[in-house]
Amino acid sequence: MARIIGGIASTHVPAIGNAIAKGLQNDPYWKPFFDGFPPAQDWLAKVKPDVVVVFYNDHGLNFFLDKMPTFAIGAAETYENADEGWGLPVAQPYPGDADLSWHIAKSLVADEFDMTICQEMLVDHAFTIPLSLLWPGANNRPVRTIPISVNTVQHPLPSAARCLKLGQAVGRAIDSYEKDVNVLIVGTGGLSHQLDGKRAGFINKKFDLMCLEALQQHPEQLTGYSNIDLVELAGTQGVEILNWIAMRGALTGRVSKVHSNYHIPISNTASALLVLENQPAKPELRLAG
Amino acid sequence: MQAEREIPGTPIFGSEEARRGLALNKMCFSFNDATNRNAFKQDEDAYCKKYGLTPQQREAVKHRNVLEMIEAGGNVYYLAKLAGIFGLNVQDIGAQQTGMTVEAFKKMLVEEGK
Repeated sequence: MARIIGGIASTHVPAIGNAIAKGLQNDPYWKPFFDGFPPAQDWLAKVKPDVVVVFYNDHGLNFFLDKMPTFAIGAAETYENADEGWGLPVAQPYPGDADLSWHIAKSLVADEFDMTICQEMLVDHAFTIPLSLLWPGANNRPVRTIPISVNTVQHPLPSAARCLKLGQAVGRAIDSYEKDVNVLIVGTGGLSHQLDGKRAGFINKKFDLMCLEALQQHPEQLTGYSNIDLVELAGTQGVEILNWIAMRGALTGRVSKVHSNYHIPISNTASALLVLENQPAKPELRLAG
Repeated sequence: MQAEREIPGTPIFGSEEARRGLALNKMCFSFNDATNRNAFKQDEDAYCKKYGLTPQQREAVKHRNVLEMIEAGGNVYYLAKLAGIFGLNVQDIGAQQTGMTVEAFKKMLVEEGK
């Protein structure tokens, strides 16, 4: 049976891609950010995921505003990155796992999440950068990948409550997969930042730290915020925390924190990393459930 | 449905903006392709015309003014692709929108971490 071994949430700021390309990891500006990652990399080397499901938001690479799905899942054997127009190096293709993708898609639709299912899907920096941070170096393709895109671009966005439920449904789908694979769930983006308007540059450390805490044991606390609340508290692009909430929803067992890091600023953003381990639920709880 | 509320200095990209901004955002989406970026640089007027920008959008692009582009329905993720053509990164456009120097804007970001 498939096992969900844990979840990782990470910032996906495009500038990180340029910093990696230029080898700036030890530069004083970047070091407090990059130094957050070795404990996550060490943990991954220990738990050895076979597949990574990535909740992220597309920034106008695969989806344009002419047809904007609220939730979309990749169901391909390969995912390509491409020119996004702002000078990032184009990443090599990522292997997919179409069998598990279709299993999740079928399970989600049966669970009343009517996904857009994509047999071709370009993945942008919000997908590639966290994977480059978690598996650094030239050969950073040790896992198969499944992208799940959440609309955090064009309001109305799905609510935090809905994203948590989507994650839970993805968790149930993986739990029911018959193949013996270890699955890691990743959520990308955030934390607080705002690129647009006269309030550009807005960051809210207090709110971010509260979210980092709540995500560990009480993610449902965050579902009390409407998206307009999240915009007010975390900035217009801080709503990307929806991807983190979806990730956390998929951790269906006993969750414990492995590691976290928080640093301001990376570009215009409060950067953050959260690594959570997921142990199987206790047998008696399973029976009760 | 919950009524939207105003947050000072904070544009929400919703239904009105999506409708108003479609031509501008579509042009910016085309800048994923280097050929299109070059075509824009070579003949900005012709390129804007091809995408049917409204007069308000055309003026905003001419002024290189991000707040004006947002007012005309531009979405910042798409506008960032256009800003890249002008050699502006997100600190540059943050400074422009807040009326700060780029150095002061960057310093503000650092201060927010303290």
